[in-house]
Amino acid sequence: MNLRAIRAIALRDLKIVTRNKGVMLPLILLPLILMVIMPGAMGYFLPMAPPGEDFEDLALFLEMMPDEMAEQFAGYTETQVILVTMLVYFFAPMFLIVPLMVASTIAANSFAGEKERKTLEALIYTPTSDTELFMGKMLSAWLPAMGVALGGFVLYSVVVNLTAWPVMGEIFFPNVMWLILVLWVAPAAAGLGLGSMILVSSKANSFQDAYQIGAMVVLPVLLLIFGQIGGVIFLSPGFVFGVGLVLWLIDAAVLWFAIQTFQRNEIIARL
Amino acid sequence: MNKEQPVITTQDLTRRFGDTIAVKELTLEVYQGEIFGFLGHNGAGKTTTVRLLNGVLNNNGGQAKVLGMDPQKDGAALRLHTGVLTETPALDDQLTAREQLSLYAQIYNVPEAEISQRVERMLEDFELGERGDEPVGGYSKGMRQRLALARTLIHKPKLIFLDEPTSGLDPVATRQVHELIQDLSHNNGHTVFLCTHNLEEAQKLCDRVAVLEHGQLMALGAPRELAQNLWKGVRLEIELAKLGATEAVAALGSLPYMRDVEWHDTNNTATVWLPDREFIPEVVNTLVTAGGRLYQLKLQEPTLEDVYFAIHEDQGATVKNMDNALKKAALKKVLSTVDGGVL
Ligand SMILES: Nc1ncnc2c1ncn2[C@@H]1O[C@H](COP(=O)(O)OP(=O)(O)OP(=O)(O)O)[C@@H](O)[C@H]1O
Ligand SMILES: [Mg+2]
Repeated sequence: MNLRAIRAIALRDLKIVTRNKGVMLPLILLPLILMVIMPGAMGYFLPMAPPGEDFEDLALFLEMMPDEMAEQFAGYTETQVILVTMLVYFFAPMFLIVPLMVASTIAANSFAGEKERKTLEALIYTPTSDTELFMGKMLSAWLPAMGVALGGFVLYSVVVNLTAWPVMGEIFFPNVMWLILVLWVAPAAAGLGLGSMILVSSKANSFQDAYQIGAMVVLPVLLLIFGQIGGVIFLSPGFVFGVGLVLWLIDAAVLWFAIQTFQRNEIIARL
Repeated sequence: MNKEQPVITTQDLTRRFGDTIAVKELTLEVYQGEIFGFLGHNGAGKTTTVRLLNGVLNNNGGQAKVLGMDPQKDGAALRLHTGVLTETPALDDQLTAREQLSLYAQIYNVPEAEISQRVERMLEDFELGERGDEPVGGYSKGMRQRLALARTLIHKPKLIFLDEPTSGLDPVATRQVHELIQDLSHNNGHTVFLCTHNLEEAQKLCDRVAVLEHGQLMALGAPRELAQNLWKGVRLEIELAKLGATEAVAALGSLPYMRDVEWHDTNNTATVWLPDREFIPEVVNTLVTAGGRLYQLKLQEPTLEDVYFAIHEDQGATVKNMDNALKKAALKKVLSTVDGGVL
């Protein structure tokens, strides 16, 4: 493995993507909205509004909760329960959208976008193996996705603890489930985002086409969000770990296929 | 050129795309230090051959050895020593020239300590230094081509493939690229594999050329040698008085055996391609009858362009049955009427 070449390829793709305003804007806005503005607003305004009908959903959720989970709410006021439920549990699946979207957007630019710009040929003639070329491009999407996810998580931690301080009076975030989410599930989500985008890119002819089809990869996350609101699933540490495991297995399969599509001998015949 | 050391050897190299045979049983050798021209029309198989020789495209048959390696097996190791200027420059418009060169230097494993010095040198050599920190998207076509060339050479490759390096460049930029190619080969001992469909370029630069058609090798040799062996016809340069010249030249077009006529307004000269010298007298007659006034008539050395005619077109009418003595006499007679005729 020529690590230096891999790094240079990743760096090249990253530089190119960061200079594309159309791609960068959503990449900055999305994490900002999901990880800072929404939770901030919620932490700030929720204690002011009395719990209305929405609370019924919450009640369902609380009822379904396993006992060992419910223990953490012991001694909490109603507002505190709502805040913790919202900020710790309901936001958790939304967090996964960040690594997914960042990885798939960059991958769309670096695979389908490169095809559109017709610049891959120069890279194909470099003394790299197909795997090295693939790794470089993959890392150019995966590393920033993880960077943004981790950064988003840190910001999120600060924002929710700060805004909820008047109600909570303690640092309540993050918990074990979130740590598993960030360190185990998010990397897998990033892998899924980029892996599926590489597959889509091998068929798509432009960044836009790939980007639009690839965005469907967030659908499973919606399942998590609504499953949880509906009380069907509950994000216990064990469950979250399981979600991560499933994602990693899907990643392995998707990346295996992606590597098969990424052979210069095949690619150059399609240029 | 060192014939003892072929840097490229191919044997029956073949590549198909569906029913199209892009490269068919190609057998050739390219020697160390030469400029090897690879000539052919659009779709002849030039680019495909470059891809096969660099191990980025697999063949369907035959073998190749490049710098002692099998491109299909040791592609990555081989590409460390080859540089390829692709048909379209494939530059990253968002990056600056400096960024582009240093990133590629890293990918090509140039020692870290040497990179910045080498990049600066390249920018200077290719006259890009002043605008080296601008995104390449704003460069002119000539600048882009120079940068692409610089990138091709950044790792000091032993064997350089240039795929139509001057297509779309103006005469000044073309001349610069030509000088550079000559410098690479003659002063630095690099081997250059030059794909082109520009005959003049091949003639001017190449030590040897291969002529390719429909993926098949039609001819191989030094340009002059090829021209002499393959082109049995003649090319005439005829200088005429401006008055009446156009009509006279137009009359030539009606001669059945005429291969091609070109009129150059700048020096009042017609270039005429004939399948055989035996037709010269009649050409002159036709010109004179049509009101042309000849100043000069020159038989030209055959060129690659002539070879092209020989390879790519059916031979025209033959005159084999004509009495030789008669033909000579007729020619002499006509020539005596030509002012300053050189024959
Ligand atoms: N990837 C491909 N798929 C299908 N056919 C191809 C492919 N690459 C080349 N060909 C065909 O192979 C033949 C040779 O093409 P190639 O590009 O090598 O020609 P070329 O000499 O480089 O032409 P040009 O002067 O236009 O660049 C052409 O008929 C072309 O259509
Ligand atoms: Mg070509």
